[in-house]
Parts: sequence; C-alpha cells; structure tokens
Amino acid sequence: MYRYDEFDHRLVAERIAQFRRQVKRRLAGEITEDQFKPLRLKNGVYLQLHAYMLRVNVPYGTLSSRQLRKFAHIARTYDRGFGHFTTRQNIQYNWIQLEQVPDILEELASVEITTIQSSGNCVRNITSDQYAGVARDELADPRVYCELLRQYSVLHPEFSYLPRKFKIAVTGSPNDRAAVAVHDIGLRMHRNAAGETGFEVLVGGGLGRTPYLAHTIRDWLAPEDLLAYVESILRIYNIYGRRDNIHKARIKIIVNQLGIDRYRELVEEDFAASKGLPRPELPPDEIERIAGYFAPPPYETLEDCTAELEKLAAAEPRFAEWLRHNVTPHKQSGYAIVNVSLKAPGAVPGDITAECMDALADLADAYSFGELRVNHRQNLVLPYVRQSDLYAVWTALDPLALATPNLNLLSDLISCPGLDYCALANARSIPVARDISARFVNVDRLAAIGPLTINVSGCMNACGHHHVGNIGILGVDKRGKEFFQLTLGGSSDQNASLGDRLGPGLAQQDVPDAIEAIVDRYLELREEGERFLDTYRRVGIEPFKEAVYGSAQEKVA
Amino acid sequence: MKALIRDGALVEDAFVDVSDADVLPETGAIIVSLEQWQANRDALLARGEPLGLKLRSDQMPDAVASDLEHFEVIALEFPKFRDGRAYSYARLLRERYGYAKELRAVGEVLLEQLHFMLRCGFDAFEIRDPDPLGAYRAAAADYTVWYQPTGDGRPTAMQLRRQRVQRA
Repeated sequence: MYRYDEFDHRLVAERIAQFRRQVKRRLAGEITEDQFKPLRLKNGVYLQLHAYMLRVNVPYGTLSSRQLRKFAHIARTYDRGFGHFTTRQNIQYNWIQLEQVPDILEELASVEITTIQSSGNCVRNITSDQYAGVARDELADPRVYCELLRQYSVLHPEFSYLPRKFKIAVTGSPNDRAAVAVHDIGLRMHRNAAGETGFEVLVGGGLGRTPYLAHTIRDWLAPEDLLAYVESILRIYNIYGRRDNIHKARIKIIVNQLGIDRYRELVEEDFAASKGLPRPELPPDEIERIAGYFAPPPYETLEDCTAELEKLAAAEPRFAEWLRHNVTPHKQSGYAIVNVSLKAPGAVPGDITAECMDALADLADAYSFGELRVNHRQNLVLPYVRQSDLYAVWTALDPLALATPNLNLLSDLISCPGLDYCALANARSIPVARDISARFVNVDRLAAIGPLTINVSGCMNACGHHHVGNIGILGVDKRGKEFFQLTLGGSSDQNASLGDRLGPGLAQQDVPDAIEAIVDRYLELREEGERFLDTYRRVGIEPFKEAVYGSAQEKVA
Repeated sequence: MKALIRDGALVEDAFVDVSDADVLPETGAIIVSLEQWQANRDALLARGEPLGLKLRSDQMPDAVASDLEHFEVIALEFPKFRDGRAYSYARLLRERYGYAKELRAVGEVLLEQLHFMLRCGFDAFEIRDPDPLGAYRAAAADYTVWYQPTGDGRPTAMQLRRQRVQRA
C-alpha cells in the first residue's frame, strides 16, 4: 500500500487546519451557508435530509486493517454505529455533527485517510479494480497510476473550480471491473507489440440524467505522459465546459456537443503546446518509486489445495456454495481472493456495522496481510487469503452474515441511499432493494439464474448506476407518489451498454413481482451457457415487456 | 469596500476601470474591455497612457496573445467564485504567452481561493475584507505543500522528494 511521507502528512494537516477555521467562522455566523457550502463539500460534508453526511475517500478502494478499525471507531463515536460503502469505493456516515467534523478529519488523517475532494466540482476519488495486484487477467497494477493521479489531483490550483464533478477510473485488466466507460476519464491499460504498457484514454462517459458511454480520445498514451495528458483534458473541459446549466455541465455534454474529434483536436493542441512548459511530467523512476509501494506481499510458496477444499465442501454444502460464488481465483498459487458480501437477505446494500468492520479488520490481519479492498458494487474483499485458510475465514464470516454466497448474483444489488437519507432523491431505493433481496433468498435458485446485476437509484442522478445494471431500477416521483422505472440490458464492463427502458413505472410493491416475471421469462428463453445479459441481447426487450406488462396491465401507473 | 493587494502589499489602484463606460476618458490610466480594445485599438495606443485589459470569464486570452506588450495590467474576472475558467487563463497568459506584468483577480475573489490564484500566476487581487492585508497574508499561508507544477516555480512534493534522494 502507499504510505504517506512528510509532504502528504503536512498537506492534510494544513487542509484540516483550514477547514477547522472555516467551520468556526460558519458556526459563528461570519460566513453564510451559501459561501460555506462549497468549502464543506470539498471536505466531503453534505447537508442531507436529516443530518450532515460525511463522505470519506478510500483511495482506489485499497484499505488497511488499521484504516478499517478507524472507520469502525468513527461509526461508534461520531455516528450511529454503522457506515455505508458506496459505488465510488467510498464510505459515508449519515449522522454527523458539523462541529465534530474537524476532529473526525484528524482521526482519519492519523491513518492516512482524507475526505478531500470527495465532493464538489473537482476531481473526485480515483477508482479502480478491486482485484488490482491479485487478478489473474491483469496486465499491470493500476494502483500505481491511481496514486499518481490522486496526488496530482489533490488541491489542483487550476482545476478546483471545474464546471462540475470529475471522476476518473483506471483498469489494468481487459476484463473491466472498474466501469471505466461510464467515467469522465477512463483509463484502460494495454500492452503494445514492443511489450510496453500504456493507456487507452476514454473521455466523456457518465450516467446521471444524460447517460453516455465514453469515447476513446487516445488509443495509446505512454505512462510518462499520463498526468500531462489528463491536465490537457481537464484544461479544455475547464475552459469549454458549460457553466450555464448545472445539468449540462459534465464533460460528457461538451464532448458530445463539440464531437469527440473536435474535443480530441483541442486536447492534442494543448498537449503539444504545453511541452517544455510547467506540466506534470512523470519520470520513469518516479513511476517505479510509487510502484515500490505496491510490491506483492510476502507470499509463501504454496501449492493449490484443491483436494482438501473439495473434501471440506463435500462435508459442508454451505461452505461449498460460498466457495463457488464468493471466492475468486488468485494469480498466486495457493492463494485466493475472498469477496465479503454486504448483501445479506434484507440488508441495506453497502451498510456495515462497527462490529463487523472490527471483525473484518481482525480477519484481514490474520489471513490477508492486513489489507482489504472496497469494490464499486458495495462489497468488501480480502485480497490475499491462503486457500488453506478459506474454511477458517468462512467460519468467521458466516455468523456475522458476511458470507451470503451471492457475489454477482441477483441479490448482490447495488443501491444508492435514496429518499431515506438523500436530499436529492425522489424515491426510497433501499426498501425496493431489500424487498427484492428478501424475495430471492434461495441459493440454488440464485445460482440457477446466474450472473445478473440489479442497480437501484432513487433519482435520475443515478448514484445507483441503474443505467448499467442488467436490470436497472429508477425511482421517480409522479404527483407526489413514488414509482419505479425498469431498464434492461445495461452493463458496465468492457462491453458496456446502457439499459433500455422497459415501460411505465411500477408501484413499489409491484417491483419484486416484475423482477420475478423478468427472471422467469429469461429462464424460459435462455440457451445453454447464456447469462441474463446474453439472452437479453439476443432476444431484445419485447418478451420481457410482455412478461411484466402483459399480465399486469391493471397495475401499471 | 474592496482593496487592492499587489505583490503582497496594500496599494492604491492607479487604474480606473472603464470597461462598462460608453465614452473613454482622454487622460489617465484605464482598464478597458476586450470589445473596447478591439474597436479602439489605435486610439487607445495613441493616448500614451498606461493601459489595462479586462477579460470576462467567457473571453479567452488567446484573442490578445499577440497584443500583450501593450497592457500594464490584465484583469481576469471571476463573475462567481465557482466559475473557474480564469485559473486556466492565468496559467496560459503567464506560462504559454509569456505575459509578465500585473495579473489581477477581480470579481468574486474569496480568500479560500487565494493560494490557487497565486499558484496560477495572479499577483494582484481585489479583496473585500475589513482587514484586507491581514486576511490576504493568512490565506496565502494556508498551504506549504504542492503536488502540481505551475509557472510560479514553487517546488512540488515530487521534486523535493527527488532532490532528497539525489542528495542522499
């Protein structure tokens, strides 16, 4: 993991001191809420429906046991005993007192965690593949570039007042687990014929009320040019991005308005013109220095212990299910990646109690070199577990309800906080997610259905990424009543697609039935080896429309 | 009341901002709009008085990149503090077009933004505060660590780390 040095520590300390003064001025009434708002947002403090919310960055989803214990401590001391992991690999606290925020920030700084730019019109937390460094299909470790981008974007003097928020994601693997096509900048690593690693640069993706998949602006970018090229993309956006309408201010709008070819021309001109002038060059030895922080942990030389695991699995079917669904192959022989599901039946997706955080931190220390990951699907990961320890890990997770064997299955739902917390929401997304997960609890049935993602957003701002769910659910408000619109066929992987709208919105209580109808129709139609998404892409939306609305016309709003 | 701070000192503003005026005064140092400059270029140069230019946030400085020698002051406007275009304009003027004279931040200039502006090349600021100089000095000292290189030449954390490695 990256470790702060004196410079990183000093900057964070200066930032907290500044925010402490700003909070004091606000509490004393010396600045207005309007003036204070952008200051608190850039420190991750939102004013929600019932209380202040604090959004804490987990840089590119990498977390130490020490940091997770601190999250637990903050949940207990300053909140109501739990936290909420988000689709941006962050953790949010929903019941925070403003006057305590500077103290919380100091607690976080002591474990090298900040809230800097977790909100506001600036570059947000850089996100990445939760399996970085351990995935079998990885070309190069994206965390190295994520950390370089993190430092580069913190308190950028030129880009702290962009037209709108700005999200960057990096994948080092051809199988995209970081959803780079729906980010403002997506970076996809490739290897060229000479065996060098470089980036394909995508720009202008995003969800929200105007969803777009990103365009490729550069097929190949050398790592040394990464920051300078990102600087040119940001500069063109800062200058040309729309500031007349908040709903048209994201980079995706200007990229599509100018056209990707024109946008590329502007960026390339700026990139060429800035050569030799002050710009963030990245010397190869600096890349190497940062890469040193992400060296592999001291693995033992181990054989895969397939036979022993099979024996244990045969004796304990529930362990077998967990092994099958929640354990991912590791690039190091004898090791495995354990996915910790935060999606027990009826649970709030992404919520976790302080007790569970502490327990997981202990497990990480005992079995995973003290490290964890947060994925963008609101689950946690133990990245370095010896296969011979898998049974012990399962035995520890199971009583905590952290071993639901449903990774990437229907009940592994993504949901935003919705109208239960959020000031922007139109509808309560959490109850819908809970109803669905409570309906689909049978593990055999879930396994038979196979990989299927459901994403729930409580409004068109799309924090639940409903456009890229295989089944997307969007809460809308119609004449004071909550309805839910379904989309089908979305995906955020390397073959990303935006979902198609199924039909009129449904009442909350009808959503689980609609999901059942869609699933049943899929099971009738699917051919050998197909996932839901494959079947949908083959047969189109009509059979599903008929399944949901054909028999339930009277329920339609 | 607004005060002018230049190079860290409280100064009298020698320029009159006439960018909204219909008629240009015959004498005295003035700051004109881009439209006034483009319409009255010869007359303004013939006045033989110090001249300043004010750019709105929707006016890119490349429009005057070849005229910069004529301006003693360029004022970049922040119509709202959240309109951040002038940060890019400032760096372009300083670093790409080589403008070396006064670069003034005007409009909604908040103390929290001063260190960003300094790093982008502004050296003069319109400040609204009962104690403008004290407020300026406090805000300018908010940070002592920088990750990004800009034309102000302050060493970045990366440069300092590398120097340390080389010395060791």
